[in-house]
Amino acid sequence: MTTSAPLHLAVELDGRGAHPGAHLVDGPPLTRAAWPDDAESGDVGPARLRRAVAAAQEAGVTFVTFDDSLTPPTTGPGLRLDAVTRAAHVAPTTSRIGLVPLVHPAVTEPFHVAAQIASLDHASRGRAGWLVGTGDVPGARAALDRPVAVGDDLRAETADVARVLAALWDSWEDDAVVRDTATGRYVDRERLHRVDFVSGGTGPTASPASRDVPDGVRAPFSVVGPLIVPRGPQGRPVVVARAGVLPGDQVDVALVGPGAADDPHLTAATLGASWVARAAQDARAAGAPRVLLDLAVVLDTADATAWERADELDGAAAPAPGSAWSSSARWTGPAAGLTELLLALRGVVDGVRLLPAVQDVDLAVVVRDVVPPLRVARAVPTPRPGATLRDTLGLERPAHQFARGA
Amino acid sequence: MPASTDHPRPHAHVHLGVFFQGVNHTTIWSDPASGSQIDFETFRHVAQTAERGLFDAFFLGEGLRLREQNGLLHDLDVVGRPDAITQLSALAAVTRRIGLVATQNVTYNDPVDLARRLASLDVLSGGRAAWNVVTTDNAWTGANFRRAGWLDHELRYVRAAEVVQAAQALWDGLDDEGAPVEVRYAGRTVELVATPTVPRSAQGHPVLFQAGDSPAGRDFAAAHAEVIFSRHGTHLADALEFAADVRRRTVAAGRPEDDVKILPGTQIVLADTPDEAREKARWVKEQQVTPATALSLVGQVWGEDLSHLDPDGPLPAHDPVVAAIGETRGTPRPGRDAVAVARAWRARAEEKGFSIRQLVLDQEEQRGFVGTPASVADELAHWVRSGASDGFNLTPWVVPGGLDDVVDRLVPELQERGAYRTEYEGTTLREHLGLRAPVPHRRALATAEA
Repeated sequence: MTTSAPLHLAVELDGRGAHPGAHLVDGPPLTRAAWPDDAESGDVGPARLRRAVAAAQEAGVTFVTFDDSLTPPTTGPGLRLDAVTRAAHVAPTTSRIGLVPLVHPAVTEPFHVAAQIASLDHASRGRAGWLVGTGDVPGARAALDRPVAVGDDLRAETADVARVLAALWDSWEDDAVVRDTATGRYVDRERLHRVDFVSGGTGPTASPASRDVPDGVRAPFSVVGPLIVPRGPQGRPVVVARAGVLPGDQVDVALVGPGAADDPHLTAATLGASWVARAAQDARAAGAPRVLLDLAVVLDTADATAWERADELDGAAAPAPGSAWSSSARWTGPAAGLTELLLALRGVVDGVRLLPAVQDVDLAVVVRDVVPPLRVARAVPTPRPGATLRDTLGLERPAHQFARGA
Repeated sequence: MPASTDHPRPHAHVHLGVFFQGVNHTTIWSDPASGSQIDFETFRHVAQTAERGLFDAFFLGEGLRLREQNGLLHDLDVVGRPDAITQLSALAAVTRRIGLVATQNVTYNDPVDLARRLASLDVLSGGRAAWNVVTTDNAWTGANFRRAGWLDHELRYVRAAEVVQAAQALWDGLDDEGAPVEVRYAGRTVELVATPTVPRSAQGHPVLFQAGDSPAGRDFAAAHAEVIFSRHGTHLADALEFAADVRRRTVAAGRPEDDVKILPGTQIVLADTPDEAREKARWVKEQQVTPATALSLVGQVWGEDLSHLDPDGPLPAHDPVVAAIGETRGTPRPGRDAVAVARAWRARAEEKGFSIRQLVLDQEEQRGFVGTPASVADELAHWVRSGASDGFNLTPWVVPGGLDDVVDRLVPELQERGAYRTEYEGTTLREHLGLRAPVPHRRALATAEA
């Protein structure tokens, strides 16, 4: 790669910000917002969501992600809407930004995930992705009343779910709807395919009988298909996952961050000697077509320095180990330094997923002070209206995987 | 107008919904006016047209496995539709008032996940969401899911009631300041401990729709539903009988008799004159029952693939090879005595000299209302004033344009008769339907130790 390669910007847009203390330091806490009779004013309601996504699209961001959890996380805001519904809600009001909700593979039924993300792809005209949820979901076992894979089992489960999703997204050939009036056939059933997928796992299948099975046992699952949704504009929506979570050939965009021994704090000056190039190379070597750096940002404002703000945020709610915030590289400082860092990252990674600590503050500074100089330097691509997310990322539209008549 | 025995509800308004089916041979795909069944613009057009017509609700169906007949994917009808809650969340952004109804299966959804997604749609839409509760016990559908075929037939409605109760408990799992609290639910088929994450919507809870027609289904509706979506949308006497039965069951369930709104599914064919309308209705039916569809419906009765027969030729001379008519999901007459139906059809065809297709067209009942905008408006107003229903859930025979004449020509006629709203009075689906606010279920259940 050369330094002229464009740097894709992605932004995580959950709630009031990516730092778990975001809802505690700026404005009223989420749980005290006045939503009951006015969802428009609620912090987790549609108005904030639409504003934030519109601002990101206006800034030329390639895609946004929506963090999620079936049950409230141990730290961070207790209230949020289902991520797929949020992504779908902004699909018809946007035209060029990718929409990538987090769905946890061990929590949501694989068949439902496939149908939901495929539907998002149709509703957005090809701008859907799937951000693969990772880690243990606290309380999932009790909430779902079935065993939920954890640890190594979760890794295997995630790979199985990604495989069955790819198969389901391919289960309708692109031209399956034939509308052949001569024969009266709406679809050509030769162009629809069962997937007949059986996962690994050794525990009992998920049923009330598995109620007494301890957490962590991996219950096998099977899916026959085909999907109930026709193939979407992208063929397969873009799969975004933390590097190492999925086999490289199942990922379109790998997200990298510091290892346990790495210093998460990066600057343009120290980037060359840092772990970033190595992490990116590892992800590419594993097969990921695009590699983005997860970068958590706390920026200077007129009222406080970034470090003061970071201390206040950490004091309000300490980020949990293993959370997206804790697993990301870090920029804490002025906007100009972030701009320099991003320019230096060209050629090292294909892009950066920014995790703005407080959305109203840090995303606003990024849009106002960071993106314009990147544009002047022609460092970031400009997604075209009507382009699919694959188009914008320069990824090919995959051929379907089934032989005709199979 | 004084109340009379004919019109016990002289001031009743007609409530309209539109059902975007996405399956069944009633949706014509062969006509040039038939658009994509999956492009978002098709859904946007139908939903926005319905909203322009001040409809209460836009309604999406769901089927969690593609239909098959005789072990093969059914290929004659429209097929392939979006996930309902995902699609309605998108439509919520391009509509402002119309209700958004998602059909969702209780057997193959995790209650916490389902309740959360419905509540999310409710908040995103400003209180316009509804859930059409459907059940299934068949392992055939379950083959796409983790809990394949786990539910005993007799537990079907137990499961439905428990999932509904668990969802309501989760929707109520917020303290007075709106902070989530832990919810516990323990039933025979649902057991969970979970803390919700979605704030209360403008209407409190999503509205509950239900479409079962069996006695158990009607009892379920009477006990739990707020709207019942029936099949009784063609014959007034039949609809009156159904409405009386639902009201009886609703009272027996300890609720006011008008607590469950009745919206039969129906079809409307409009034209300038009665003759033209009849001609148009005949054309619609012929488009719906294509030669291939006629052979398929006959093949379903005979229990074998008859697609090689001539649709303009006679019915098979032999009796069906199966005792009971199999179920091709969504086609009529499952479970009936195949030989008896076949013999009756043969007798009718011989008497009238009908070919296969003519016989099937003859057997397909003319559904719904056929006439001029004025005559159909009179009929619809008469239905709701008689108490036969609270309105209708219309299934357009073609999308996206199939609702246009209803909105442009029929709605103004209803408004002239004082039988239809002239603007949305409220903002939520609950308000459109005239439903009560949801009763907090916290007390009744072992939940929420806040």
